[in-house]
Amino acid sequence: MSDPTLEPSAADWPLFEVFIRSRSGLEHKHVGSLHAADARMAIEHARDVYTRRQEGVSIWVVRSADIVASDPAEADALFEPARDKVYRHPTFYAIPDEVKNL
Amino acid sequence: MYTQALDTHGREPVPAPAAEAASAARFQARVDAEEKIEPKDWMPEAYRQTLIRQISQHAHSEIVGMLPEGNWITRAPSLRRKAVLIAKVQDEGGHGMYLYSAAETLGIARAQMFEQLLAGTAKYSSIFNYPTLTWADIGAIGWLVDGAAIMNQIPICRCSYGPYARAMVRICKEESFHQRQGFEIMLTLSRGSPAQRAMAQDALNRWWWPSIMMFGPSDADSKHTAQSMRWKIKRFSNDELRQRFIDITVPQAQFLELSIPDRELRWDEATQHFHIGPIDWDEFHAVLKGNGPCNRERLEARRNAYQGGAWVRAAASAHAAKQAAREQAMQTTQARQA
Repeated sequence: MSDPTLEPSAADWPLFEVFIRSRSGLEHKHVGSLHAADARMAIEHARDVYTRRQEGVSIWVVRSADIVASDPAEADALFEPARDKVYRHPTFYAIPDEVKNL
Repeated sequence: MYTQALDTHGREPVPAPAAEAASAARFQARVDAEEKIEPKDWMPEAYRQTLIRQISQHAHSEIVGMLPEGNWITRAPSLRRKAVLIAKVQDEGGHGMYLYSAAETLGIARAQMFEQLLAGTAKYSSIFNYPTLTWADIGAIGWLVDGAAIMNQIPICRCSYGPYARAMVRICKEESFHQRQGFEIMLTLSRGSPAQRAMAQDALNRWWWPSIMMFGPSDADSKHTAQSMRWKIKRFSNDELRQRFIDITVPQAQFLELSIPDRELRWDEATQHFHIGPIDWDEFHAVLKGNGPCNRERLEARRNAYQGGAWVRAAASAHAAKQAAREQAMQTTQARQA
């Protein structure tokens, strides 16, 4: 860009992940992300960006850099061990129909 | 989420061609099975680049799209109309934010996308380079431009790329009010005084063809459609969506008792579709190349907004730094006392 005053700041403000509790009694759910100078501003922006139609009663913001995520390439190693343990589900057990309340 | 900032594993090593082919086959199989692709999943570089281009253009369109409508906020004819228009324009800004977030998950920084827009190297929807000359244009934009956008966007809710699909679900939910408020403006004008009717007709005359062009080049000239369909980024061709839009919009114009500015427009019994006259693709390409009525004005407005906001960004950064330093100092003091 020719005009130096147009140069966007070299780095963006930190990225925050936004979690919203849609109504009391429900868990906070990830809804998206935004940039903000600090956590307080992130909450204020999250209000405007993600709750314009009463989508929430509570907001969490977390710096994206602080989230540690599992690696999709290791998904098999992580989750495969649960696959053959169907005996963890109640439907695994055959109970005669005449037995009630079980 | 899962943007650059989260990518603790660093850059993926470039796989050997054989491994690349195997990964590509696995990727296509997942797409074929309608599985969603998520940010940290392996994806072909061309898929990533296509999405970055498409999502960022989409985001820019939302942001630039605030300008033609913002033009009428101070002159809306009633407090109700003004409140509605402010809410709509704010939604467009919000849509831009959702989309920039989605694009960032693919590894491009937001600052870089802004830079591309301000430098004039990024594209955005051709429609926003037309002026809003009368209040009726606000009605026509909601009805036609948002209507065409919804037609385009609903299939993207099923896009193979998770973050884009999720952003689109949110956007489509909000978009429906935009179209209805626009139609309501047109309805009020079309049932009003002769001057109001004439204003509504004039707006339709000017916005009809640019709206039709929003679906992009005809299938014969659309270079990327086949690949985008294979990747399930796109579900229907430009011409299919355009035809669908025409078929639902013409009866709405009839209800308004306004005439579509196309002498060749007629219902075709054989195809069960409306037939339209030829589209002026020269105009479309001229506007895309930067020679529409308002291209320069739009970019100038964005640049001014960016420059005008510089002191606010600087102040917010300074405030955040001061708060962080104060907190740090307090913790150090507490640690010493303890």
